[in-house]
Amino acid sequence: MTFDYAPAPESRAVVDIAPHYGLFIDGDFVESIDGTTFKTINPATEEVLTEVTEAGAADVERAVKAARTAYKQTWSKMPGRERAKYLYRIARIIQERSRELAVLETLDNGKPIRESRDVDIPLVAAHFFYHAGWADKIAYAGYGDKPYGVAGQISPWNFPLLMLAWKVAPALACGNTVVLKPAETTPLTALAFADICRQADLPPGVVNILTGAGQTGRLIVESPGIDKVAFTGSTEVGRQIQRAVAGTRKGLTLELGGKAANIVFDDAPIDEAIEGIVNGIFFNQGHVCCAGSRLLVQESVQDEVLDALKRRLATLRLGDPMDKNTDIGAINSPEQRARIDDLVKSGEGEGADRWSAPCALPDRGWWYPPTVFTGVTQAHRIAREEIFGPVLSVLTFRTPDEAVEKANNTPFGLSAGIWTDKGSRILWMASRLRAGVIWANTFNRFDPASPFGGYKESGFGREGGRQGLAAYVKQEVV
Amino acid sequence: MTTLLDDGIATSNATLRRYLHGLPGVDQVGAEGRAAMLATRSIKAASKERAIDLAISMVDLTTLEGMDTPGKVRALCAKALRPDPTDPTTPHVAAVCVYGDMAAIARDAVGDIVHVAAVATAFPSGRASLAVKLADTRDAVANGADEIDMVIDRGAFLAGRYLDVFDEIVAVKEACGTAHLKVIFETGELRTYDNVRRASFLAMLAGADFIKTSTGKVSPAATLPVTLVMLEAVRDWHRQTGQRIGVKPAGGIRTSKDAIRYLVMVNEVCGVAWLTPDLFRFGASTLLNDLLLQRQRMRTGHYSGPDYVTID
Repeated sequence: MTFDYAPAPESRAVVDIAPHYGLFIDGDFVESIDGTTFKTINPATEEVLTEVTEAGAADVERAVKAARTAYKQTWSKMPGRERAKYLYRIARIIQERSRELAVLETLDNGKPIRESRDVDIPLVAAHFFYHAGWADKIAYAGYGDKPYGVAGQISPWNFPLLMLAWKVAPALACGNTVVLKPAETTPLTALAFADICRQADLPPGVVNILTGAGQTGRLIVESPGIDKVAFTGSTEVGRQIQRAVAGTRKGLTLELGGKAANIVFDDAPIDEAIEGIVNGIFFNQGHVCCAGSRLLVQESVQDEVLDALKRRLATLRLGDPMDKNTDIGAINSPEQRARIDDLVKSGEGEGADRWSAPCALPDRGWWYPPTVFTGVTQAHRIAREEIFGPVLSVLTFRTPDEAVEKANNTPFGLSAGIWTDKGSRILWMASRLRAGVIWANTFNRFDPASPFGGYKESGFGREGGRQGLAAYVKQEVV
Repeated sequence: MTTLLDDGIATSNATLRRYLHGLPGVDQVGAEGRAAMLATRSIKAASKERAIDLAISMVDLTTLEGMDTPGKVRALCAKALRPDPTDPTTPHVAAVCVYGDMAAIARDAVGDIVHVAAVATAFPSGRASLAVKLADTRDAVANGADEIDMVIDRGAFLAGRYLDVFDEIVAVKEACGTAHLKVIFETGELRTYDNVRRASFLAMLAGADFIKTSTGKVSPAATLPVTLVMLEAVRDWHRQTGQRIGVKPAGGIRTSKDAIRYLVMVNEVCGVAWLTPDLFRFGASTLLNDLLLQRQRMRTGHYSGPDYVTID
C-alpha cells in the first residue's frame, strides 16, 4: 500500500500578469523617465513572468516629490479617523483578492502556495486592520503624534507583500507618505498592491512603488526629500544605508539578518519541538531572517531529537510551489542558491557532518534539499553566518547557563526559541537571551500586535505592536 | 512481549506513575497546529479514489443503541458485506460493532468475511465491578465476537490509580482469549493531550491490540489532534518494541473529507505500514454512506443523492 498524493495545483487563472509594468507614482502607473527594464522570473520554473522597470534618478525624484505633495496637501492634514478608513479599505480589498495575491507571491517568490495562502496574505490583511485601529490613537501610543513626512522604504524578497505591509501600514497610520522599493526578484505583489491603493481610492502620491535593484534603493535612501528610511534585508546593505544616512536629519530603522538559537531542553514536548524546529528553519525554505538556524539541543535528548527530526524531514514534500501539498518550494534566485551551497561546502570543509533529506529535486528552477549539520561548533562558519536557506546547524548544551551563553554568542540578536515544559525556565531564559523576539514552545509565529526587531547586528527599531509606531513618529521633546 | 519496557514498570502504582509522567509532554497549541496543517492536504483524483476505498475497508460499522434488535443488526451486517449493492467492486467494511448480546446474530450474518466487534466491560461508562466486566467480555467472545472494545475506568485514571486501570486491561485481555482487544479511553473525559498520551502507553503496556478514542456517547468524541497524539504514541511504541498497535478514532467522523484527513495523518505520522484495516479503523455509522456517495460520484462523474445509498 502506498498513498501518493495526486498533483493538486492551485489555478493560475486567478492572476492576470501584464507583459510590462511601469512605476506607480502619484496614483498612476507611469513609464520611466531615465530607467531601464529587467525581467522577473519564476524561480520554480525559470519562466520569465514579466518585465518590470528599474527606476532611475529622475523617477525617484518624481516619486519623492509626489509623496511630499501628498503629505503636505492631503495626508498630514487628514484626521486619523479618515486615514483609518483607507487602511480598513485596503485591508478588506487584500482579503477579497487574497487568492490572487497568494498565487502571485508563489509564482514570483517560489514559496509554497500553502504558506502564501495560509500565512503571508492573512498576516498582510491583519497588519492593515491592526494599524487602521491605531490611526486615530497615535498620540496615545506614547511616542508623540508628529509623522516624519516622506518615508523611503526598502523591502526584501523573502516575504514580499508581508514586509511591504509591515512598512506601509504603520507609516500610513502615523500620517507619513511612502516611496517603497520592493526587492528586484519579487516585485509583483508590490505592483498588485499599487493597484489595490488605486482601487481603495487612496489619495494620489500617498503610496508610490518604484521597482528596481540596489541602485534604485540607494537613490531613494540618498534622496534629500526623504525624511525617514526603513530597510529590511541583509546586514551588509544595512551598513551601507546607515553610513549613507549618518549626519542627515533622516530617521532610520533597520531589520537585518539573524542566526537564531532554537533551544530544546530535555523536558520539552518532543513531537511539538520537532515541528517547531522544522517550522523554524524549513518554513519558507529557510529564507527567514528570524529563522531558527541554530538548534541548541540538550545533550541528554540529542539522539532522540535528531532521530525524530530526520524522520520528520524525510516526510517533507519538496516540489512545485503551486501544488497545495508542497512543504518546501524553490530557492528564490540562483545567487541565493550559490550562497547556500558555498556555506554548506564550508560546513563540510570545516568538519561538520552533513545530512540532507532524501528527496528528488526538479530539473528546472533552483532548489535545495532540507539539510542538517551535526557536530557543529561555535567556531564553524555555518554556526556564525546567516545562511538564509534550508540548512540547520545542530549544537548541544548541558546546562541552562551554557544554553544562554551559546545562544547569545553571535553577532546577531533577532530571535530565539525555548522548548521546555517548565514555565519558570522559560522566563529565566527569556530574561537572559539577547534577542528581539523570543518564542516559547513555538517558533516563527507572527502577530501584528507583537513588536518585531533585533539587537546588535540584527538592526534596530521595531515593526508591529505599539512599539512599532515609534518608527514612524518623530520623537521630539518640546 | 514487551520485555524491554515491561521490566518493573507495572510492579506498583508508583513505578507506573513515574513511567507515564516521564513521557514527553504534549504542547496543546503545537499539536493542534500540526493537526490543522495536515488537514490542509488536498487529496484529489486517483489518490482520492484509493483513499475512499481504503476508508470503506476500515469502517467498523456500528450500532450501539438501546433499541437495537436482531433485525436491525442483520440489516447492518448486510450493509457491512455489500455496502453498495449497485457496485460489487465496493470493498466490504472491516467489522460490525454491536453490543455483546447481538454478537451471535452478527456472527451468523457475516460469517468470517468481516470481523464482529462487541463492546464490553459495562460500556459506555465502565462503572461496574471487575467480575461483571470480565463476565461481559467472556459472554461477548462466547457469542462469536472476535474483537472486544473495552472502556477504561476513567475515574481511576483521573484519580491517578494507574495500576488499577492497567490490571483491569490485563484481566480483560486475558478474558478475550484470541479475540483482539481495543481499549477505549473516552478522550472527551480525559480532557488533556498529556492524559491521552499517558493512557495510550498505559494501554499498550497492558497488552492492547488497538487504542480507541471514544465510545461515541460523550462529546467531544474523536478529533484530529487527539488522534494525532495517539498515532504518535503507537509510532513511538513501535520504535521501542517493534510491535505495531492499531488506532481507532470513533464518533463524530461523518464525511469523506474528514475520513481522508485522518488517512493523511496516519500516512504522515505513522507511515504507510499503518494504512491497513489491521491497524487503523473508523468507528462510525453515517460515515459509510458519505463515502459511498463520494465513490459513486467519482465513478459516474455526478452526485446522486441520499436515496441512492441504503439506510441500514
